[in-house]
Amino acid sequence: MPPPARKPFGLSWEGGIFLALLLYPLFPMFERGLFAATGRSLGEQLPLVFIFALLAYGLNVVVGYTGLLHLGIAAFFAVGAYTAGIFSTAAYAFQWPFWVVLPLGALAAAGVGLLLGAPTLRLRGDYLALVTLGFGEVTKFTLKNVVGITAGSQGLSPINPPTDHPAWSDDFRPFYYLTLGVLILAALLLRNLERSRLGRAWIALREDELAANCMGLNPAKLKLAAFALGSGLAGLAGVLYATRLTSTADPNAYDFNRSIFLVCCLIVGGLGSRLGALLGVMLLVGFDNILTPIIDGAIQQQFPDAGGKIFLTFTGWRLAVFGLALILMMRFRPEGLFPSSRVKHELHPDEAVSEPVEPITMGKTTGEVAAIDGGKA
Amino acid sequence: MTFAVEPTFWTAFLQQTIDGLAFGALIALIALGYTMVYGIVELINFAHGDVFMLGGFLALTVLVLCGLEGLGVDQNRIKLDDLGLWAKAGLIALCLLLAMPFCGAINFGIDYMVYRPLRTAPRLAPLVSAIGVSFILMNVGLFWGGAQDVNFPKLVSDDNLLPADTGLRLTAKNAMVFGVTVPLMIALTLFVRFTKLGKAMRATAQNPTAARLMGINTDAVIGITFAIGGALAGAGAVVFALDVGTISYTMGFQNGLYAFTAAVLGGIGRIPGAVLGGLIIGLVRYYGSAYVGESWTGALIFGILIVILVFRPTGLLGSPTREKV
Repeated sequence: MPPPARKPFGLSWEGGIFLALLLYPLFPMFERGLFAATGRSLGEQLPLVFIFALLAYGLNVVVGYTGLLHLGIAAFFAVGAYTAGIFSTAAYAFQWPFWVVLPLGALAAAGVGLLLGAPTLRLRGDYLALVTLGFGEVTKFTLKNVVGITAGSQGLSPINPPTDHPAWSDDFRPFYYLTLGVLILAALLLRNLERSRLGRAWIALREDELAANCMGLNPAKLKLAAFALGSGLAGLAGVLYATRLTSTADPNAYDFNRSIFLVCCLIVGGLGSRLGALLGVMLLVGFDNILTPIIDGAIQQQFPDAGGKIFLTFTGWRLAVFGLALILMMRFRPEGLFPSSRVKHELHPDEAVSEPVEPITMGKTTGEVAAIDGGKA
Repeated sequence: MTFAVEPTFWTAFLQQTIDGLAFGALIALIALGYTMVYGIVELINFAHGDVFMLGGFLALTVLVLCGLEGLGVDQNRIKLDDLGLWAKAGLIALCLLLAMPFCGAINFGIDYMVYRPLRTAPRLAPLVSAIGVSFILMNVGLFWGGAQDVNFPKLVSDDNLLPADTGLRLTAKNAMVFGVTVPLMIALTLFVRFTKLGKAMRATAQNPTAARLMGINTDAVIGITFAIGGALAGAGAVVFALDVGTISYTMGFQNGLYAFTAAVLGGIGRIPGAVLGGLIIGLVRYYGSAYVGESWTGALIFGILIVILVFRPTGLLGSPTREKV
């Protein structure tokens, strides 16, 4: 058995990344250097990454921990954003401060999650995926159509910033630390939850619902809890997103593509792994917002007349790249690039593991006998 | 029975019914592919809608290669008006004859390359792979037809086939939709019920392991099921393109979801269920846009999907099944 992976300065990889992110704005030369090299500010981009990472954490609770495929997380993101829109823009009489709206958005999204989850969570896996997909589409159409409440495709704006201090709009750092702070708090919450009775019950449910039920766990209640927490985190991310844009944006910002993008992040990063969710979002958002524009710019410089042909732009290949990534991951590395040790063990029961994991069998696989032997092979 | 010439409530209602049934027959054709594949491997083939979309682009390319006008290309092309009825029918038949094997081959290839290696994997894996395949096919469609809606040659007219004094319209397009979809559905039903291969399909759907033990090559049967589903989607694509008049690389997603809703509504895995579900979805869409509002039809259809899944997950014609352990 190989020795456990070295961890930098006694921190976990996740802790190390958070520490680096916390320190990043304190060294303005990085920011200036990167800006000079690429023409875009990393400090402006990272808060968006943090918001999507928060959304990915929420989705991870449902898909990663509990094993329910959720294809409509964007709807709960939208509930958070529109809660911010309704309770903080001048169009309505509330105009509550940000610090009230932030938890309110999370609560509203969790409430909607409970409402949707209560009747639907007893459904089988792929039917549940369809219900969430359908719910996401219904939410999008509704947001577009009830113009009197949501202002249709214009979106509600302007959403009040947390403070009136001029630094809020001049400097990237206040929002950077706000979103990073929320993200770290969520990571701590999830870390503790993973080790708690509830977190272990979720994983038991994912691995074998029937067995978990026989052991006295209540699948309905557990799934509902996962749904509420996941939706709540998505709502929190939604409030932050709307605050950053100072608008709820077009309802198309909360469509199936957004949901599936987050699912892609989790699958590339590793289902059920917090580090995987964070790095998966960084990779894919980085691909979309940093790598693609740079390559497109380079192609444009090299072949100035390429713009007219869509297959000569890198953006044109985006869907194929994402699709191929999903297929290859599922085929060759279903545990993701940065897997949690338990999921990795589940999917490759015959490989040695660096950390002891209780042996668990997967329903259909033929590796059951090997799995019972644990990491011995 | 005679109707007043002025549109009354009932003539309008009957008109929505005709249009809805025509659209529904089209959706049913796509739904059949979903339901057959789900019935045999329990996989929601998200890529099915995009196979349908590629069929539309193939039909368009065939017509362009035949030298038909349209698409803003050069002069000296055949004018639509110069074509007689039989020439137009021949072109439609040619499109169908090429689009059906094309889409069948794509669907078979997807199964062979992507889904077959995942047959024993956890259920999430093929589902996520199907989404991936759907993305790739959409990208192919984007390169093939561009990001904008593309006009499809109007080979079938909007002429009314009914006498004018009924106040109703049954257009030549509607007749074409029924003329293509209904025979295909009947042929499929007969094929599954009365041929040896159809029997093998039903056996594989019921219990793949037992079917294999009885000497059925289940992998081949599953592959053929994918091919037949794809061929039906190809026929659906030609009919859709002729009926609607425009195609785009995103049309697979929306219509695929409508078709899947239809399959679930009728009872997934059941062929008559897919037809019934398709017709209901078509009616809902047309009644919805007439009596609720055009912009709400999408929400209405997905709302139905949720309600059906919650209250009767086995669909209208399905019988309750126990979860396989």
